Amino acid sequence: MREYELVIIGGGPAGLAAAVAAHEAGLRDILILERDNELGGILNQCIHNGFGLHTFKEELTGPEYAGRFIQQVKELGIPYKLNTMVLDLAADKTVTAMNREDGLFQLHPKAVILAMGCRERPRGALNIPGYRPAGIFTAGTAQRLVNMEGYMPGRKVVILGSGDIGLIMARRMTLEGAKVQVVAELMPYSGGLKRNIVQCLDDYGIPLKLSHTVVDIEGKKRVEAITIAQVDEKNRPIPGTEERYECDTLLLSCGLIPENELSRSAGVELNPVTNGPTVNESLETSVPGVFAAGNVLHVHDLVDYVSEEAGAAGRHAADYIAAGCKAQEHKALPVKCENGVRYTVPVAIRPDAAGDTVTLRFRVGNVYQNKKVAVYAGDACIFSRKRPVLAPGEMETVILKTSLLKDHPEADGITVTLEEA
Amino acid sequence: MEEKNLICINCPLGCPLTVTMEGGEVKKVEGNTCPRGEAYAKKELTNPTRIVTSTVKVKGGRLAMASVKTANDIPKGKIFDCVKAIQNIELEAPVTIGQVVLADVCGTGVDIVATKNVPAKG
Repeated sequence: MREYELVIIGGGPAGLAAAVAAHEAGLRDILILERDNELGGILNQCIHNGFGLHTFKEELTGPEYAGRFIQQVKELGIPYKLNTMVLDLAADKTVTAMNREDGLFQLHPKAVILAMGCRERPRGALNIPGYRPAGIFTAGTAQRLVNMEGYMPGRKVVILGSGDIGLIMARRMTLEGAKVQVVAELMPYSGGLKRNIVQCLDDYGIPLKLSHTVVDIEGKKRVEAITIAQVDEKNRPIPGTEERYECDTLLLSCGLIPENELSRSAGVELNPVTNGPTVNESLETSVPGVFAAGNVLHVHDLVDYVSEEAGAAGRHAADYIAAGCKAQEHKALPVKCENGVRYTVPVAIRPDAAGDTVTLRFRVGNVYQNKKVAVYAGDACIFSRKRPVLAPGEMETVILKTSLLKDHPEADGITVTLEEA
Repeated sequence: MEEKNLICINCPLGCPLTVTMEGGEVKKVEGNTCPRGEAYAKKELTNPTRIVTSTVKVKGGRLAMASVKTANDIPKGKIFDCVKAIQNIELEAPVTIGQVVLADVCGTGVDIVATKNVPAKG
């Protein structure tokens, strides 16, 4: 098997953007490994519009957005293997994979980019009581069935969880003739984007019930009815608030989990909040030469930011190889989160290894109004911006000037926090 | 005078807008924090439009379905007619992104175009 300097695991939006950026940074020896039978990843089933407003300044559908990057990868002649499953990633970056043409094979790249994306939280992880009949799907599975295979999963639908895929599927199933009766959300706020609530639920008169969950599933062979109930502040169902809906289908849109089995086998340190690798400003994980970007790192709302992040990972991987794959001994400032900031990517910044700016992405743990996002280097405030509203469903981005960090050489850490505006 | 309520979608703030209408015209918008809220309310209540996306069957392709969209936004009231018109389409592979699969859907003057490349089988 021919060896490659950079192996990218995953040919979705993150893997494609990382490959293009690494090539543009001068690296020529790149291989993308993709387990599906085409490039593009989850975008292939996201046929709705709204992609690319930041990247291409126009509103594209998922397949069109993926198509732009696939075309670039093909024009640049970057090789890729489809139908190829990566089985193991070792700490020395040995990649073990298999497919029908090559059989079982190993690669020994100088650098690896993790771009495996994420998967949906299934019923088994949700503790929903009731029978286990056919007719219970994650929203993404239903999306694949309707949009790619051409099958309708059901006719009368209840949706648990108000993640964006669930909202998008409420509209999609309605347009295809199904009756979507209700969307129940455990939290007192929606996990999806505002525009999806308005354009996917309100447009079609589908009610969204916040602080509600499923308390019973009826039906032995096929779903026959779903009972939902309101929950109290400790998420316990409140007796007497039950509502029963006759239906044949339950869709679950209850969160996404970064897919990090390979990262774990390589000994990559994971952040328990994001379930993704901990990375520094160069998107490099705790294993030198292993980089991560996209939904495997932390779940994004917008693919545009995935492409941007993955582009950075691609450039840093190319730089790492060009610099002789040496670990750089720079002072690292840990990034701490406070006052409602749940996590940050990256978790550490090395001012001397960073370019002119460092992009910090984070999410908050609750809905906040009239706050200020502030960043401190040691005790000195180096960034502050008013935010009229912050919500867990909307990722926040702060772009820090590296020069401001260097102005405070005494600082031994960085803090991202929310303050009263 | 008629009052309508809607939620602005321009940003996560989601301002609850109260709009006063008279004779089909927007007289007053309240509850918005910025000018985008007023513009959104006017468009939503006088001429609401949407891009519609769906899928069509493909014969002889490497994939069974190709995704499609309206090339521009169409009046909100025509969404279901548009989807019905799309359901009757069956394409022959190959399909290329941007290819017109149905011209002037439901008299809107807007074409339905493919959003996915589907090569022929084999």
